[in-house]
Amino acid sequence: MSETSAGEWLITRLIKAAGYSAVLFVLLIFLFLIREGAPALLEIPLTTLFSTRWYPIEGYFGILPLIGGSLVVTIGAGLIAVPLGLSTAIYIREIAPRWMREILKPLVEVLGGLPSVLLGFIGILVFAPFIREFFNLPTGLTAFTGALLLGAISIPTIVSVAEDALDAVPQTYRDAALAMGATPWQTIWRVTLPAARSGVLTAVMLGVGRAIGETMTVMMVTGNAPVLPTGPLALFKPARTMTATIAAEMGEVASGSTHYHALFFIGMVLFLISLAVNMTAAAVVFRQRRRAERILS
Amino acid sequence: MKPFLRAGAAPLLLAGLLMLMACQGPTPGTPVVSQPSALIENKGSDTLVNLALAWAETYQAQNPHVRISVTGGGSGTGLAALINGTVDIANASRPIKQEELERAKADGIEPVEFIVARDAIAIIVNPNNPVERLSIDQLSDIYSGKINNWREVGGEDRPIVRLSRETNSGTHVYFLEHVLRKGNKEDRTLFSTDTLLLPSSEGISAEIRQNPNAIGYDGLGYVTEDLKVVAVAKDPAGPFIMPSAETVNAKTYPIARDLYMYTPGEPQGEVARYLAWILSPQAQAIVTELGFVPIVP
Repeated sequence: MSETSAGEWLITRLIKAAGYSAVLFVLLIFLFLIREGAPALLEIPLTTLFSTRWYPIEGYFGILPLIGGSLVVTIGAGLIAVPLGLSTAIYIREIAPRWMREILKPLVEVLGGLPSVLLGFIGILVFAPFIREFFNLPTGLTAFTGALLLGAISIPTIVSVAEDALDAVPQTYRDAALAMGATPWQTIWRVTLPAARSGVLTAVMLGVGRAIGETMTVMMVTGNAPVLPTGPLALFKPARTMTATIAAEMGEVASGSTHYHALFFIGMVLFLISLAVNMTAAAVVFRQRRRAERILS
Repeated sequence: MKPFLRAGAAPLLLAGLLMLMACQGPTPGTPVVSQPSALIENKGSDTLVNLALAWAETYQAQNPHVRISVTGGGSGTGLAALINGTVDIANASRPIKQEELERAKADGIEPVEFIVARDAIAIIVNPNNPVERLSIDQLSDIYSGKINNWREVGGEDRPIVRLSRETNSGTHVYFLEHVLRKGNKEDRTLFSTDTLLLPSSEGISAEIRQNPNAIGYDGLGYVTEDLKVVAVAKDPAGPFIMPSAETVNAKTYPIARDLYMYTPGEPQGEVARYLAWILSPQAQAIVTELGFVPIVP
């Protein structure tokens, strides 16, 4: 008996340590980012930092075009990946016959395993020329090309997580809805999907997180021109994302220089943006759950 | 593709060699024959990487006890590695900057410069572009955003898409100083913000090959048959000169530069022998083969 409780004690502690360590690592990473990035605030005047010109070798450190570039590419990728990913998940879990599901799910996972540099090559050689001709643009290396490929990268994440969330909805819910005379579509839209809401939202967040952090593909296909996006048409112009900037320039900078601190500052901004996205998602899920509990009680 | 593959192949080759060497290690019972072996770490300019690899291959074939590892990454990357003390030779397509020199001295490293070859920067356009020649003034106006249509320089009515290497490329810095600013140190002209900054030579060739709107620049050694080279004139009235070994040595082609290798302090032993060999007629013949211009007339 005492042996069991000793083992239990050990296991509990181990799991607890693992849980805390995740938080600890995130904190340490953030502290490191602050240590390396905060000096940028002292070295670069705020008016320069929040200006629209990024040309670090001449002392122009305006990060607005980079933030804008990341937002345009990520929102574009989200607009492509969320509807496609969710409908794929719904089809695989709710509509497809069993044999089809067994083919589709592994295929989607294979898509998720494609190295992003490979997608970048396909983007340069196939997508960029096609997009240039199809939309009659000056160049095919645009934010849209990046968004399209990032969409392809985040779809597998969204499908996988959303499908698991749908799978977790008890079969009785569906049976009950169908028994009440709901059509299969009404069952999916009004019962299954809302019941899987928090998992689906997690899927979307993970997908968007994958898109905002992706580097190699965007560096290869978005043209990397640091232009401040000014309207929805910016999607069809070249853009430079924060991740591509860090990746392209980090190898060159001398550690401790202003440029080095500026790149870490960009890393900090990137971290804060993904933190904000995650916290918003968590808050939304939490509030909806509270509301659902209130209604049920 | 070439710089990518070759640059990637070098560390692989090295790893392979190391594995071979490990396999040939002394087995118990056999007398150990100690082979004098020297490893030279060589890193930097992407312009120089193919040439440096060709040199290293030939030299290693003649001197089997020497191992030379060549990697690219850009002139800034190579010089940063030199300052950090991680390479024996840094390749650069631009002279070391004052600030880099100071940082090296602060770390107790005294970089020594060797001019190892010359290179012409070719202006390249799509083969279907009717423009045959451009003056430095026109190039400066194109890249700074004053000229935005090919019609203004005698071409078709098409928008101009400007392509450039990333800011960590020595070619980028050279082009900024000697073409955009026409060699004038007081000039603060910058690249137009919508200039596409591509991370590799291959990215530039791939885009120009399929896009009739594009203009780019790259080292003469990287220009392939399927790209069109434009004749350049220092003076708007001409003469317009095509880049070649003859025109570079005759100093008539206006956008040519020296290529450098830097060592931390006066080179010793194998590194000194290698550098002496690079300046020999045999090594300079390889320079000609690869489309660069040898320094020995």
